[in-house]
Amino acid sequence: MFDIDVWQEIFSTIKKNKLRTFLTGFSVAWGIFMLMILLGSGNGLQNGVKEQFADNSVNIMWMWTGETSIPFQGLKEGRPIKFNNDDYTFLNEKSEDLELVSSRYYLPGSVMYTYKNEYGSFETSSCHPALKEMEKIKIVSGRFINDLDMSDFRKVIVVGDNIRKALFKDEDPIGKYLKLNNVPFKVVGVSYDKKRRDERTAYIPVTTAQRIFNGADRVHSFALTTKMVKTVEEAEAITENVRQEMALRHNFDPKDKRAMGSFNMLAEYIRTMKIFQAIKIFVWIIGIGTLIAGIVGVSNIMLILVKERTREIGIRKALGATPSSVIGLVLLESVLITTVAGYTGLVIGVSIMEGINYFLEQMFASGGGDGMFFRNPTVDFTTAIASTLILIISGAIAGYLPARKAANVKPIEALKEE
Amino acid sequence: MIQINNLHKSYVMGSNSLHVLKGLNLEIEAGEFVSIMGSSGSGKSTLLNILGILDDYDQGSYYLGGKLMQGLNETKAALTRNEMIGFIFQSFNLISFKNAMENVALPLYYQKVSRKKRNQIALEYLDRLGLKEWAHHLPNELSGGQKQRVAIARALISKPKIILADEPTGALDSTTSFEVMDILKEINDQGITVIIVTHEHDIASMTKKIIRLKDGVIEEIIKNGELQLFKARVRTE
Repeated sequence: MFDIDVWQEIFSTIKKNKLRTFLTGFSVAWGIFMLMILLGSGNGLQNGVKEQFADNSVNIMWMWTGETSIPFQGLKEGRPIKFNNDDYTFLNEKSEDLELVSSRYYLPGSVMYTYKNEYGSFETSSCHPALKEMEKIKIVSGRFINDLDMSDFRKVIVVGDNIRKALFKDEDPIGKYLKLNNVPFKVVGVSYDKKRRDERTAYIPVTTAQRIFNGADRVHSFALTTKMVKTVEEAEAITENVRQEMALRHNFDPKDKRAMGSFNMLAEYIRTMKIFQAIKIFVWIIGIGTLIAGIVGVSNIMLILVKERTREIGIRKALGATPSSVIGLVLLESVLITTVAGYTGLVIGVSIMEGINYFLEQMFASGGGDGMFFRNPTVDFTTAIASTLILIISGAIAGYLPARKAANVKPIEALKEE
Repeated sequence: MIQINNLHKSYVMGSNSLHVLKGLNLEIEAGEFVSIMGSSGSGKSTLLNILGILDDYDQGSYYLGGKLMQGLNETKAALTRNEMIGFIFQSFNLISFKNAMENVALPLYYQKVSRKKRNQIALEYLDRLGLKEWAHHLPNELSGGQKQRVAIARALISKPKIILADEPTGALDSTTSFEVMDILKEINDQGITVIIVTHEHDIASMTKKIIRLKDGVIEEIIKNGELQLFKARVRTE
């Protein structure tokens, strides 16, 4: 197979038909090129959307209370539903479907933050330590709320980076006291999230919030992470399950969306990823379709080539060429054309996607590209390898029919032809 | 060397069947110099194809070097051709994109002889046929006689037992034809059986035995002693 003569013969036939070989190879290269561009774009879209989900754990779920809108067990509508600390204990301990739980108490009215002469109004999120992991909160300096803060009702606060800039300027805020409606809180950490909304949020322990702002054991909303499931149905079943439990505890119709609102990110995530799976399959179908057109082209050319070389093959057979050596010659040529052409298409396609990726990354690095649904539009190594293998196999398939035809050439028939 | 008994061969063309060889018997000893003659349709080309294991036959038997040649698969047939038989064709059948040396070396390629070695042997054979300085020329740069000599070198390189030549002088002028025949005679003198298919009487008369075919059977065999008579008869015809 790696005989220099075989290659010499293949190259001499290719050289004789340069344009034809080029055009054939081009169709294969084009097929693979398109496949790479499509796959890369698909990946880019998927990564872009994934990035949008990346602000939180994908399996996060929120639920909040409201007023009933459906009469239930003799109780009339318009009844307010209120969560409490017992619900937290219940959710945290009982449900097998849930992993992390954090409760939140909404501070009444707008809270004024003051530090020395600086002041401003920011969003205050009261929470459990688990929220850090659930909402993927990044700590730039200091720490997040911890369990001791919770149990000791400590007046500690983690401020977003923008709050730090607004109130502390260039000062190091860690250990300093800032006032929330005149109640001093010790800054223990600074959080950062590229979403500006989150940077303007401060986190305090929910226990402290309830005690200082007259909340008793009132809880307004929960953030939960559910166990990871694969299907939308399973994810929705978890939501339904939690709703049932809460409905039972607070006497409302589980179907009543106004009494208790909920949003399960995982269901949305799975749904979105399903769409991308479908897109991916679609892309592969198109790509392979294009590739098949290329293969048919190569096969066609090889058939013509065998026809043209019938006499030569006949001579070879008369001189002692075995059918397998003839088959090998044709197959190898076909594989060579498809592999070289396909690989060229592959490299060009991948290079273009890498180039686009380079520009995108530069854009992201310089702070732009907010809300961009396109990220890292590249094809992974496995796909590239798989495509190369597909190419070689395609070449073999393309060469199969012509090779068989060549092997069936009868020397006498071939030699008769003038 | 060659023993043929009651050989039948027919070609099927659509619904018609053309019976070409009708129970042919033939024996050729090792070292003979034989020509096969006959008008077109007499079956001489068919016979040559069967002798060269390029085609199979329907009935009878064909022994080559004591071995029955029947129902061989393509690979075995190819190997036997390579070992036993050297072919010379009317239209030379050199491979156009290979130079003279590479063309001559081709049978050795199929014997898996290394490139360097087979090219060296090919050069020796070309030298013997006076074509050494043409070794690196492509076939289209050679004259007809030169091409046929390259083809003869190619037929000889695998050291065959038999040379089968199908109208070897058909495309050559008479001077070149005689040159080629001289070469074939020399080859025969070295002990190789040479079988020529021809329709030219003066070419046939240069061999030592003439087999005349007619309607798929042997009409007459003219042996060495009677060749003078044959030559005389040719002149009068």
